[in-house]
Amino acid sequence: MSSESLHESAEALGTEVVDTHRAIVSLMEELEAVDWYNQRAKATGNAELRAVLEHNRDEEKEHAAMALEWLRRTDPKFAQHLKTFLFTEGPITEIEAEMVHGQGNGGSDGAGDAGAAADDGSLGIGSLRKAGGTK
Amino acid sequence: MNHLFRERAPITPAGWDEIEKEARRTLRALLAARRVVDFKGPLGWNASDVELGRADPIPSPPSGKDVQARLRRIQPLVELRIPFDVSREELDAIDRGARDPDLDSVTAAAREIAIAEDRSIFHGYQAAQITGICQKLESVAVPLGSSHADYPLAVATALTRLRDDGIEGPFAVVLNEQLYKDLSARTDGGYPIISHVQRLVDGDIVWAPGIDGGLVISQRGGDFELSVGQDFSIGYLEHDTRRVRLYIEESFTFLILTEQAALPLTTGRPA
Repeated sequence: MSSESLHESAEALGTEVVDTHRAIVSLMEELEAVDWYNQRAKATGNAELRAVLEHNRDEEKEHAAMALEWLRRTDPKFAQHLKTFLFTEGPITEIEAEMVHGQGNGGSDGAGDAGAAADDGSLGIGSLRKAGGTK
Repeated sequence: MNHLFRERAPITPAGWDEIEKEARRTLRALLAARRVVDFKGPLGWNASDVELGRADPIPSPPSGKDVQARLRRIQPLVELRIPFDVSREELDAIDRGARDPDLDSVTAAAREIAIAEDRSIFHGYQAAQITGICQKLESVAVPLGSSHADYPLAVATALTRLRDDGIEGPFAVVLNEQLYKDLSARTDGGYPIISHVQRLVDGDIVWAPGIDGGLVISQRGGDFELSVGQDFSIGYLEHDTRRVRLYIEESFTFLILTEQAALPLTTGRPA
């Protein structure tokens, strides 16, 4: 049961935090499975088994992506960071500095700050369905 | 900087945090349709429409009488925006650490736009080419009856009709403020009526200030789709020495994919 890894009582945390915990644990499990399948596929000398393991590994990647998307829709700060780093090119460690300084300069005529510039302004409401939406 | 021009607002990060917290809290409390329909997106501010997968034949192009032509059908997204003012005095107070800022204007704006989205989904918005669930199914609505004690029977009737049509659950019940209040406050044989209704459905009972009457709706997915371009966001318009003018904005449209997957509940007497 994923709630066994809660660090506080479920009553004190509330539904939203517990659901987020479920999604994070689920994402961890999917990524761990990707790692295991990857190692087994690499290690086996049986080509047919390797194909099965690689297929299963890639399915876990799909599951991980779905769990991550649920987290993105639920957590505005997560959404902000994913928007900053995902599907970009160039050195990953330079992306944040580029974005902050690039947009900070653009906002020099205003009273805003770099933090606000990095934010797309969305309130991150998304789906309010308990299951997190289906699409 | 994006089209919201937030960086031009004379608002500190602490001020933005309080404004966003208030707006988010109100929207999450009031938005009901998002609790019971599929959510697609956010697709981004640049998204203009949703493809319907259908096309209509149109006359052949000029100088091509043997060329057949079909025009794709799309559903455009509607932009909703509600402006509001925040007092600069209150923003200053937030920066001094005030824990009781007066952000009633944020609450009022968030409430109005939340109800506008819900009403579009439940009752339609003709100018935005949106057909509402209750609007579409008006002719097959189930009357709730004349007494509060009849409500569970009406819900049971709706569930039976939905299942007879091959619609699977889980099912949720959406109720307007008055119905929700009536069901919560009244009892039948000492047992709260809302508990009777809750035992009939395996989904939630959702409080919805934006609906007239109520609705029983399948939660199996794939039947009702809310497509959001830009999700609720706060942008900047202008400011002077006394106030900052902001707005809450979103773009969306709504599609009914399986109209049989819901039944409205009306407050009229049984026919």
